[in-house]
Amino acid sequence: MSAVLETRALCKSFGALTVADKIDFKLEPGARHALIGPNGAGKTTFVNMLTGVLPPSSGRIMLGGEDITALGQATRVKLGLGRTFQINALFRRLPVLDNVALAVAERRGVAPRMLRAASAHADVRAESMELLATLGLAEDASQRILDLPYGKQRLVEIAIALGLKPRVLLLDEPAAGVPSLESHRILQVLDKLPPEIAILIIEHDMDLVFRFAQRITVLVQGEVLVEGTPEEIGKDKRVHQVYLGEQRHG
Amino acid sequence: MSRHAGGYSADPRIRAVEWLPWIVAVAAFFVLPEYLSLGARILIYILYALSLDLIVGYAGIVTLGHSAYFGLGAYVAGILSAKAGISDPMLQLAAAAVAGGLLGVVTGAIILRTRALTLLMLTLAITSVLLEIANKASSLTGGADGLSGVVVAPIFGMFKFDIFGKTAYLYCLVVLLAGWWLVRKLIYSPFGTSLTGVRENSLRMHAIGAPVYWRLVLVYTLSATIAGVAGGLITQTNQFVGLNVLSFESAGELLVMLILGGVGRIYGAFVGPVVYLIAQDMLAKQFPEYWYLGIGTMLVLVVMFARGGILGIFDGLLAKLRRQA
Repeated sequence: MSAVLETRALCKSFGALTVADKIDFKLEPGARHALIGPNGAGKTTFVNMLTGVLPPSSGRIMLGGEDITALGQATRVKLGLGRTFQINALFRRLPVLDNVALAVAERRGVAPRMLRAASAHADVRAESMELLATLGLAEDASQRILDLPYGKQRLVEIAIALGLKPRVLLLDEPAAGVPSLESHRILQVLDKLPPEIAILIIEHDMDLVFRFAQRITVLVQGEVLVEGTPEEIGKDKRVHQVYLGEQRHG
Repeated sequence: MSRHAGGYSADPRIRAVEWLPWIVAVAAFFVLPEYLSLGARILIYILYALSLDLIVGYAGIVTLGHSAYFGLGAYVAGILSAKAGISDPMLQLAAAAVAGGLLGVVTGAIILRTRALTLLMLTLAITSVLLEIANKASSLTGGADGLSGVVVAPIFGMFKFDIFGKTAYLYCLVVLLAGWWLVRKLIYSPFGTSLTGVRENSLRMHAIGAPVYWRLVLVYTLSATIAGVAGGLITQTNQFVGLNVLSFESAGELLVMLILGGVGRIYGAFVGPVVYLIAQDMLAKQFPEYWYLGIGTMLVLVVMFARGGILGIFDGLLAKLRRQA
């Protein structure tokens, strides 16, 4: 099976500082893949290059066999690349429904319309409500984000990305800031995500990573240290040395 | 008359209270015939403030240069009449709209690549450049003396502009009604909701695949078009154009009116100019030397105690009443 998302010798340096060093990475269709590594390993930089926020210094990014290295953020989204943010990037003063509907409307091409009222677009509303229901947020649809508990805000973060119906979903620390007692709620939602979506998750919560991922890539100082199944990674001495031994929080 | 936020769960139907400004405007026509020229000026500034609310209140673009589009509209309508002999009011207004829109799309395409303070400085620069051009090109604009000799033919060849300003007032009211309908439509549309999205979090709008830059250029152009129309109206009602239409003070004054009334709520653009221009008129008669002091005090009070503007005060009172009831 060919990879749905692939990077070839992807590099990024800021002056003398190299934060991504010839990263070769493959995400298979329907994958549940985790990217882990100590703080400052370059995980977020990697995601930002994948999504088009940061231009790579060299190397290539392929989505579904198509070279997307030079394409802008919006075009990549249209091609099926969705993401969530480590720090909530929500429309804080808008209702939960609108947060999701904005994404759904963009995907359906409804967003630039000017003549009919937004609320008259029943298809956008229905799809958004359905999505909220699957995440257990139906009752919160009319709440503003800033009136919502933090754990639920994290779920809205995922709901917006799902509104784009992505082929590939990048989850940047979906459980960040959520108390460990509540992180099972996030895992429940992640387990229910459509199996056809290829998911790359970046996460510090090792319990969550080892329960969710089928493959794990370990990134250290901008380089891929090792890639394998959770069992292989769990046994790997180097991983214990640089990562698990060093910090076992989260 | 709370915030008009649009969105996918907002009811877009016109509420009863939204007819209030129009009832007041029509009543004023019959009750205060001696104030119709001030009235027309207020109506024009409401349209102008509405165009500003669209970009400041909804799209989150802060500008101190909106007078560029208002002023251009004013000069285009004036020059068309005084220099080219075109006196049909509809043609003048259409030309003012097109000119405002064209300048909006060209300048917007350049400045909307920047943000925050840089953007603010660029808006200032544009209106300053235009002011200097109008000042220097005196053969066309009349320079510092202003452009006189503006002739406006009867509307549709039927309604003559009379010295009491009756026609002008009703004409401005009809144009404002059209502008209000358009702005309201936009705000409740998916396009308007996406603008609110950009205001709230442009990073996330990029991440959901929205062409943020083009959305902003489009709304900026629409706003500049409406400002151009307002400029055309001011020329037609004054039958004179002075350099002040392009000044930074005029753009700043407009922003003050909008903040006074309330930003991002449509009707703040109605309340602000009414309060500001009536206060200016009254204070200028009572205290010709100190009237700016009164305006200043009013603004300080609003900014300190009523962050949502005058309409924000009503919102607060209504919420309190509901809690008690």
